[in-house]
Amino acid sequence: MAPDSPLLSMSGITKSFPGVRALDGVDLDVQAGEVHCLLGQNGAGKSTLIKVLAGAHQPDTGTIHWRGEPVTLRSPIAAMRLGIATIYQELDLVEHLSVAENVHLGHEPTAVGFVVRGKAARASTAALLRRLGHPEIDPAHLVGELSAAQQQIVSMARALSHDVRLIVMDEPSAALDPDEVDNLFRIVGDLTAEGVAVVYISHRLEEIRRIGDRVTVLKDGRAVAGGLPAKSTPTREVVALMTGRNVEYVFPERAGSASTNGGKPLLEVQGLTRQGEFEPLDLSLHPGEIVGLAGLVGSGRSEILETIYGARKPTAGQVLVDGRALKPGSVRAAVRAGLGLAPEERKAQALLMLESVTRNVSVSSMSRFSRGGWIDRGAERGAARAATRELSLRPDNPSVPVRTLSGGNQQKAVLARWLLRGCRVLLLDEPTRGVDVGARAELYAVVRRLADEGLAVLLVSSEVPEVLGLADRVLVLREGRVVHTAPAHELDEHRVLDLVMEGSPAS
Amino acid sequence: MTQHVSPPRDGTGKTAPVAQPPSWRGVLARADVRTLSLLGVLAALILIGGITKPDEFLDTRNLQLVLTQASVIGVVTVGMTFVITSGGIDLSVGAIVALASVWATTVATQEYGFAGILFTAVLVGVGCGLVNGLLIAYGAMVPFIATLAMLASARGLALQITDGRTQIVTISSVLDLGERDAYVLGVPPLVMVFAVVTIIGWLVLNRTTFGRRTVAVGGNAEAARLAGIDVRRQRLYLYLLSGLCCGIAAFLLIILSGSGQNTNGNLYELDAIAAAIIGGTLLTGGRGTITGSVLGVLIFTTITNIFALNNLQSDVQQIAKGAIIVAAVLVQRRTASTT
Repeated sequence: MAPDSPLLSMSGITKSFPGVRALDGVDLDVQAGEVHCLLGQNGAGKSTLIKVLAGAHQPDTGTIHWRGEPVTLRSPIAAMRLGIATIYQELDLVEHLSVAENVHLGHEPTAVGFVVRGKAARASTAALLRRLGHPEIDPAHLVGELSAAQQQIVSMARALSHDVRLIVMDEPSAALDPDEVDNLFRIVGDLTAEGVAVVYISHRLEEIRRIGDRVTVLKDGRAVAGGLPAKSTPTREVVALMTGRNVEYVFPERAGSASTNGGKPLLEVQGLTRQGEFEPLDLSLHPGEIVGLAGLVGSGRSEILETIYGARKPTAGQVLVDGRALKPGSVRAAVRAGLGLAPEERKAQALLMLESVTRNVSVSSMSRFSRGGWIDRGAERGAARAATRELSLRPDNPSVPVRTLSGGNQQKAVLARWLLRGCRVLLLDEPTRGVDVGARAELYAVVRRLADEGLAVLLVSSEVPEVLGLADRVLVLREGRVVHTAPAHELDEHRVLDLVMEGSPAS
Repeated sequence: MTQHVSPPRDGTGKTAPVAQPPSWRGVLARADVRTLSLLGVLAALILIGGITKPDEFLDTRNLQLVLTQASVIGVVTVGMTFVITSGGIDLSVGAIVALASVWATTVATQEYGFAGILFTAVLVGVGCGLVNGLLIAYGAMVPFIATLAMLASARGLALQITDGRTQIVTISSVLDLGERDAYVLGVPPLVMVFAVVTIIGWLVLNRTTFGRRTVAVGGNAEAARLAGIDVRRQRLYLYLLSGLCCGIAAFLLIILSGSGQNTNGNLYELDAIAAAIIGGTLLTGGRGTITGSVLGVLIFTTITNIFALNNLQSDVQQIAKGAIIVAAVLVQRRTASTT
């Protein structure tokens, strides 16, 4: 290995899945002995990138150099042979096997083809656990009986049981207590001192400050910043890279002034609470108004939307539409009252991927095209076509399968569903996630127009410019609590970012 | 996905158009590769039958027999297709058929004559479906487990009722339906019932909100719930529907065998699932085809018949069926990945 070539260098990596480009020309280089942090919101492409690195996904284009040599990572085993180990967020341990068996899974010590269940495996496992600072874990113990933190140690021991040169850790601190995090960092320090490189994924900035050497920020499948110094880059700059715009979006002008004065609120949220997710929330939403909820991942924003929608049952509080309380925890009650949700995970939560656009659009309004349960398919097609045309959904043919559409047009299909239903309160959760930059302006215009036509919109977004550009009023969320409420024009991006980060050790 | 393929010229026109959905022309116009390949397989089987046993296989009586045998399992398969399309499974169909057939043929029931037998068979089927549906939809039990429990209990109860004895039906109006005199234009009444169930099933799945909801629940239950569909109620109805089909099938079986036995409907669950799967219904839910299921049933029944005519043992039949299931799934996976 040439002295100046990095341990790992990935360049121009692209990876597309049907309807979305997950990685769009990402570069990443990692030096031996460094902690290289990957930052990015959900859906920014972090998981896809580490799966490419782990050999679990094959990139469409791009090259990977390992110690200066071009390599192809055809499978997880190929990556492991090179010395790349990945510790996934969902630990991939077998609960019903012992610690030692898990550590040696896939490369069990064998004798004449039989797995040796004996001392050798246990002894080497015990040595690894000592190295990781956890001699108290018994190699013979069943993994399922260990705590989450201990399981993570086992996962790490498994990685180290190979001759590893690069360890990828996907949000390793998510399930850990503060003192367990300290131990994790000590381990990371020991590993890097031995020359092992660590790719560390997290969205906790303070952790990255503590252990990171360099930072690469991903957004919308692109590396918007590569190899920034982890300790000296200002927090605000990092957050702005993560959440902010990388192109100037065009936000539509409001047609008139906010119509909140005088009129009765359409949607009222009173003391809505879900234990452990968000604190009592009060909110009112008038026809024609767009209210934005700004906050980072984990601030409780999606949970709030889903609870208002009845998809989660509140521990306390109520939701009123036109002054009438909705049955708590009932999606059907919410839909009947005129609520519609465009959820964050479109494919998992909104779309019927095997079905046509028409059927995806009509699914919430079937009673309108049916008599005695009999569907008038002509009327259905016509209505779906009208709704999708109104949103300029492309292609202009609602009989195509919804999975062939781009992210932005899939989102339009979801909006068309609620438009057709005659929905009055639209709940938008990250409406532009996975949507191409070019298609966003169009979606913004659609949302603006719907509001101008009298819909009330509650918008959740981690993109501060999006919230400020669209909303009339903004609620800033941090850790399940509204920390600030103000009209959008009184806020700017920096102020919101400060509020979002407020109180964290790093700011 | 909407591939327009002209029908092959290998004599598919010969396939008996009995028990096909009503808009036959419409189906052909939009027929996908899968349906056409199933028709091809059926045509090939008929060819094989005609070549190996030209006199016996193509005999009207034999064709009537094949279709009659297909009717009982066919009705069960229609119900099963709905359940699988919704992402569920019903392992208890065979046991429900057995229980319904013995309950409907007890001495006490037979006192109420034709109506008593029909009513009891249907009621027992729906009742078992109701228990399945409640356990799955509102008891949050996994369909596999809930219907497995029903399989065991219903078989047990059927044995308890009969004490292992065959219950002979003495009501002549029931038995007459199985006689040749009851055939209308050569079509046995059982086959007509099968055809009607198929047509209704096809219409419900493809043309009604019930069918749409079934597909939505199977395709993405969470999305269906968030779209405002009452997923639990839909699941309940689906297992009720499957139970209803089992009740009807039990009545057909009573006509066919002139008796009720606790061993009736043995392994129907496997035959029905296999027919639905080779027909093109996705075991994971979200896509179902009644046409395919019926073709699957006809293919399996025809194989059984050809093997029996050629004096081949049932073990060979089983192996052939297994091979067909594997081949069908492999072919479907290939066509799915290329479309």
